[in-house]
Amino acid sequence: MKTQLIINNELINNEWALVVPEISIENVKKQAGKVVQFKTTGEEIPSHEDIEKTILPEASKVLLPLKLYLLKKVELKKKYSEIGLWIYSHEEINLFKQLDKDINDFPVVGVMIEKFADGRIFSLGNLIRRKLKYKNDMRALGDILKDQLFFLKRSGFTSFLIKEGRDPIDAIKGLNDFTYSYQGTLNEPPLWKKR
Amino acid sequence: MYKYDHIDNQIVNERVNQYQDQLNRFLKKDLTEEEFRPLRLQNGLYIQRHAPMLRVAIPYGLLSSSQLRTLADIADQYDRGYGHFSTRQNIQFNWPKLEDTPHILRKLAESEMHAIQTSGNCIRNITTDPYAGVTPDEIIDTRYVAEIIRQWSTFHPEFALLPRKFKISISGSKQDRALIKTHDIGLELIQDNAQIFANIYVGGGLGRTPIIGQLIKEKLPIEDLLTYCESIIRVYNLYGRRDNMYKARIKILVKSLGVEEFRKQVEEDWEYGANSPNKIDQSEINRIKKFFTEPDYKALSAIDFKNTYKSELHFLKWIDRNTRPHKIQGYRSVTISLKGKKQQAPGDILSEQMRDVADLADKYSFSEIRSTHEQNLVLADVEESHLFEIYNQLIKTNLAEANIGLITDMICCPGGDFCSLANAKSIPIAKSIEQLFDDYDYLYELGSMTLNISGCMNACGHHHVGNIGILGVDKDGSEWYQVTLGGQQGVDASLGKVIGPSFSAEEIPNVIDLVLKTYIEVRLDEELFIDCFNRIGIEPFKERVYQH
Ligand code: SF4
Repeated sequence: MKTQLIINNELINNEWALVVPEISIENVKKQAGKVVQFKTTGEEIPSHEDIEKTILPEASKVLLPLKLYLLKKVELKKKYSEIGLWIYSHEEINLFKQLDKDINDFPVVGVMIEKFADGRIFSLGNLIRRKLKYKNDMRALGDILKDQLFFLKRSGFTSFLIKEGRDPIDAIKGLNDFTYSYQGTLNEPPLWKKR
Repeated sequence: MYKYDHIDNQIVNERVNQYQDQLNRFLKKDLTEEEFRPLRLQNGLYIQRHAPMLRVAIPYGLLSSSQLRTLADIADQYDRGYGHFSTRQNIQFNWPKLEDTPHILRKLAESEMHAIQTSGNCIRNITTDPYAGVTPDEIIDTRYVAEIIRQWSTFHPEFALLPRKFKISISGSKQDRALIKTHDIGLELIQDNAQIFANIYVGGGLGRTPIIGQLIKEKLPIEDLLTYCESIIRVYNLYGRRDNMYKARIKILVKSLGVEEFRKQVEEDWEYGANSPNKIDQSEINRIKKFFTEPDYKALSAIDFKNTYKSELHFLKWIDRNTRPHKIQGYRSVTISLKGKKQQAPGDILSEQMRDVADLADKYSFSEIRSTHEQNLVLADVEESHLFEIYNQLIKTNLAEANIGLITDMICCPGGDFCSLANAKSIPIAKSIEQLFDDYDYLYELGSMTLNISGCMNACGHHHVGNIGILGVDKDGSEWYQVTLGGQQGVDASLGKVIGPSFSAEEIPNVIDLVLKTYIEVRLDEELFIDCFNRIGIEPFKERVYQH
């Protein structure tokens, strides 16, 4: 079984086909995951055309960029039996408000980072849980290594797609780097309450 | 001070294991340089000009004597027998070997120390007033609040990889000795009806674009402090720039959105976050407060130094410059100067000196030492009757320089001798300026003033807020120095003004000399340099300096 997907401290066969648009604009591509979210610069990445041109794989379960889903939901719902959604770390969680149904009707929601050092994923995870009250599997996608897993877990993520080429079995250990944490999170009270 | 229990110990030990694994993976090439970089930085490890540099955390500047001895041992065993106190109250070792760093961290962990978040794009060591708990002008002891924030910010899962470094400072006195307005978040603790509140300043900072922080929240109940900070940092984490490291600090975000809009976004988030699990309650405050209770002070009478030590003129100078009043009668706080000709570089201290200071702390000051952002050390609780003895022992260990607050008490970053970001050297500049002051009478006549030196725009030497500021700049590949005048820290924080075109290293001592001569000639009575500058402006200085 060749898989990079970790759920519940285990490697799990990945049935979800991850759909990622090709980004065409070269100079913007370089900045993807960096500048884009900053409100005053506002370029859209990937562009509307990039999204339209996204190649749709033959599969039954797909993880789709949220913007693609918003654009072609009728066609996509017909084509696939199960759909999960993801956003880039430079997108806003408000995008989910444009959905035609409740976010909890989707079994998987993900956040994609292009650079390991992109810590926006942690806050987005927190907001998706806290503000959007998303209850199902939340997946970390993109440049995901062992070293983010402990933080991702504590920011509300429940599954982790380890970057290709990195040992996913060793990465599992990263989920449990620490026995204790000082601060509380959504599903864990702060340490002082237990002291 | 705060004592670790088995949980705190386990956290730092597991951190060392994690770091050891990261280092191994890097050495085996399972981690790229780009991936390892943020990981090692979050453990205080820089790759410098000559060797790695390891920065060890001294949370809010508080050290026990045994911790200081551990640092001395590390200096001997893994470095070249000295350490360097930084302007963030931390200590740096300039010469460790990469392979040794896990051993050093393990040794630190045994003494309840670590290098967690002393560098990298995360919440850095919390700083505060080095005289917290002992200064007469104190309203609230900031140490327990600093410890609460330290714990909360340690491995905060949401803020592990921010756009840029993030610095928090706390003040609880009338005088702001923690420089809260030049921090990403500055907290001013206040009291009303036995309730504690915080005024929150945001977006201050030095560096390339120096900005004075702005008040974003007034009178926030202390229980909400962490959740409100979470909202501020969350907005920053999401919207701070990540494309340009020079524009990535929170100050740039606050400036570009405007403080009103920034506040609005924070408040909006806080609506959801106010009841986050990190809201603290009185029981937690009391639990941490217990670590910072007053030591057993004796009932003492105050000493009249001038009469008691009439013939000890040097000692009296030292009392005047290097000790300050204590909230308890008969006690004073001693500031040990790490500046002056006998020091290799401002803030440097030899391992033997560390041990001597640790002994003094054991004997005279409840076994505690503090570090200051001015790169000096403090014995906070000393009986006045012990001061003469302490002074004499400091003479023996070459730490009796009576220059606190004087121009030779310079703040100086490591600069081009060590730092790979530097435009220019800073230590030799400090040394060349010191040479101007062979004559102590002249030095004392100049009175209280500050001189701060940074080797580049990153402003680790806080040059903007020095009465005299010196900044290393690069002109066509050679080292030049820009001089600013009129900067000031504290409640009336202000940024220095550039005097004019920059100077070569050789010119600097003469330039400083002319600035000081101008001041001496035009000052009124006892007028301090900064007051004189504020009265007459930059022109007279400029004229004099460039006339030559
Ligand atoms: S101010 Fe510049 S040269 Fe000095 S320590 Fe900081 S980064 Fe290095």
